[in-house]
Amino acid sequence: MNLDFSDDQKMLKEQVRKFLADKCPMSVTRRVLDGDEPHAKEVWKGLVDMGLTGTAIPEEFGGLGLGALELCVIAEELGRAAAPVPFSSSIYLAAEAIKLFGTQKQKETWLPKLASGELIGTVAISEGTHAAHPRNIETSFSGGKVNGVKQPVADGGSAGVVVVAVNTGGSGEQAISLAIVDTKAGGVSSEALRTLDPSRENVTMTFKDAPAEILGDKQGQGWSQLSRVLDGAAVLFAFEQVGGTEAALEMARDYALERYAFGRQIGSYQAIKHKLADMYVKKELAKSNAYFGAMMLNDEGAELPEAAAASRIAGSDAYVFAAQENIQTHGGIGYTWESDCQFHYRRAKLLALTIGAPIQWKEKLVSRLEAKNAA
Amino acid sequence: MDFNDTPEEAAYRKEVRAWLDKNATRKADAKGMELPRDLDELIAQSKAWQKKKADAGYACITWPKEWGGGGGTTIHNVIYSQEESNYLVPGGIFAIGLGMCIPTVMTWGPEEAKERFVRPAVRGEEIWCQLFSEPAGGSDVAGLRTKAEKDGDEWVINGQKVWTSGAHFCDYGILLTRTDPNVPKHKGLTMFWIDMKDPAVEVRPIKQMSGGSEFNEVFFTNLRVKDSQRLGKPGDGWKVALTTLMNERLAVGGSQGNADTDDLIELARDVTIAGEPAIRHGGVRERIADWYVQAQGLKFTRFRTLTALSKGETPGPESSISKIVAAKKMQDLGSFGMDLQDMGGVIRDRKMSPADGAYTEQWIGAAGYRIAGGTDEILRNIVAERVLGLPGDVRVDKDLPFNQAPKGK
Repeated sequence: MNLDFSDDQKMLKEQVRKFLADKCPMSVTRRVLDGDEPHAKEVWKGLVDMGLTGTAIPEEFGGLGLGALELCVIAEELGRAAAPVPFSSSIYLAAEAIKLFGTQKQKETWLPKLASGELIGTVAISEGTHAAHPRNIETSFSGGKVNGVKQPVADGGSAGVVVVAVNTGGSGEQAISLAIVDTKAGGVSSEALRTLDPSRENVTMTFKDAPAEILGDKQGQGWSQLSRVLDGAAVLFAFEQVGGTEAALEMARDYALERYAFGRQIGSYQAIKHKLADMYVKKELAKSNAYFGAMMLNDEGAELPEAAAASRIAGSDAYVFAAQENIQTHGGIGYTWESDCQFHYRRAKLLALTIGAPIQWKEKLVSRLEAKNAA
Repeated sequence: MDFNDTPEEAAYRKEVRAWLDKNATRKADAKGMELPRDLDELIAQSKAWQKKKADAGYACITWPKEWGGGGGTTIHNVIYSQEESNYLVPGGIFAIGLGMCIPTVMTWGPEEAKERFVRPAVRGEEIWCQLFSEPAGGSDVAGLRTKAEKDGDEWVINGQKVWTSGAHFCDYGILLTRTDPNVPKHKGLTMFWIDMKDPAVEVRPIKQMSGGSEFNEVFFTNLRVKDSQRLGKPGDGWKVALTTLMNERLAVGGSQGNADTDDLIELARDVTIAGEPAIRHGGVRERIADWYVQAQGLKFTRFRTLTALSKGETPGPESSISKIVAAKKMQDLGSFGMDLQDMGGVIRDRKMSPADGAYTEQWIGAAGYRIAGGTDEILRNIVAERVLGLPGDVRVDKDLPFNQAPKGK
């Protein structure tokens, strides 16, 4: 029985943690939230310099050739710091999509640049305030050109390469393909979107006859490809959520020890103790689900879809709960602009929505369970 | 990451499996067979099985061989339990004695008590119970009132215990008493071992809400015990009791017999809401998803604990969450399973009701499970205090002599 990370992986985690504690305290997240930068460039550069962007990219494409487990420990630390960087878009999503489904040439073209941080990548799926589905993806691809509007697109303004979910005609899931767009090749424009978490960039991305090619060598595979990419991302996002939950719980705990009311530490009241115990319980359930998700992702196991969905559901639940109750534990001070509580509150909800809301994942999970149960 | 045994663990598992195959029947092959319903018969079978295990080194696997144990590791114990759970064998009646009472005797008892009691208990020849809870002290065990008064070389005990599992068939028990009411409550307690067959001990079964009777009230009327039956010093009873409570065994079993999400999917296919299969209903689907995620979370939390044991490390505090989650889930899932049967949900009949009536039974049982062995609330306090480091509750009776502390009826 070994449901744990190796000593090397734990060491990597410790390195990332130290780096972020040093270079990416909450004041950096605050700076990005308050200002006009799309992300904290010096933090991003530091992560790139440590080689972290290349972690799971094969050596032949300029990466370190490590696996998903290494990405998981990095993700947990990025989540803990609520780091304002485009790591998830570029690595969990764009690089993974190209690595999994790209042609040899596509991999040679894009992966080395994503590994070295020369380019930032992202994926563009959503087209507004309705859940993406093969029936409602209108952005089209024909004659080598993409046309349409995607929003929100995380890190879209910074991205040099975008994997876009497009309609290539036909019915059902077969109508959808993934297309690779080089944003420097023209026809792509981005406009900043106002979102609930300005510490992470999101844009409206407009494609007007943008030159593109299909990811892989066949059209009509996009929906199942996307599903696999999102399963992997769900596990990695879950590790960010676990890290974030732990950070929010620690903030609440520290405040509960330091704050006095009615002559006692507020942490001595059961109303607060039980709230914090509930955060801990949700955190552990999320962590345990994420560990199994990590194992399935790393082994490309048959249970990856269920494990990914469970990781996502438990991770979203834990972080949103912890972030909300962290503010509640702080009382009025937690609701001020000066307080750091807001960063977890915003990030928790952002993570729970980016790559799909929990209710969508629950539906996906139960469909899988139904099929298994019938078998 | 993998779920495989180490080579050493695999070898042990193989050995265990071979022994079990030779000495017991696999549940899969035990169709129509069941354990005796008659208590005396069940006890006789349990004792015979425990003796067999002890002879083979599978009783008290982690205890030294000199005390009749197996001289193995915690992971050996886990492997044995995992394997044994696949066979139709009696179990359970020794859990409290070997899990809590005897370790307390081993830590605090005089040599002659250890010599007298440890080996027979391991071999299943004598069964033990734990007498802590009282009508006036459940979550607050240290508020107990059963009195022990020194009389020469003896102590005279009067009072009442409650929720004593198995007292009606036990031979011995460890009993926590108040020996000094003039000092604060934690300081005036003393632990003894007692003979449950003494005529001054009266056991009355408690009929539970479920209809079953697994617990008892135990009354002591001028029970005389020798000073040599004392475990630890007079006044050290709380410290001794903590040893008992720390020795709770690592829970490795699941919640066998309860309905879970698989059963719920089957039921939801079968029943309807507004004329449509309930499984198509969003509210049903969301609940199935939530409980599945909880069940997986508990399972892999257990696996994380086993991982630490397998590496010879001390498990982290994560296992402390399991009963908090499992008990409430058991109750809610049972309740929802009955809802799905609509008006028919009121029927409590194993033959008529889906999943052999499991939904109703677990809903009723969960009301007790959320309390037994630490209430949901006490367990949250434990997580908050021991894991998160929050301060203990303000205790208004902490520094008052017990006989001056505020009390209810």
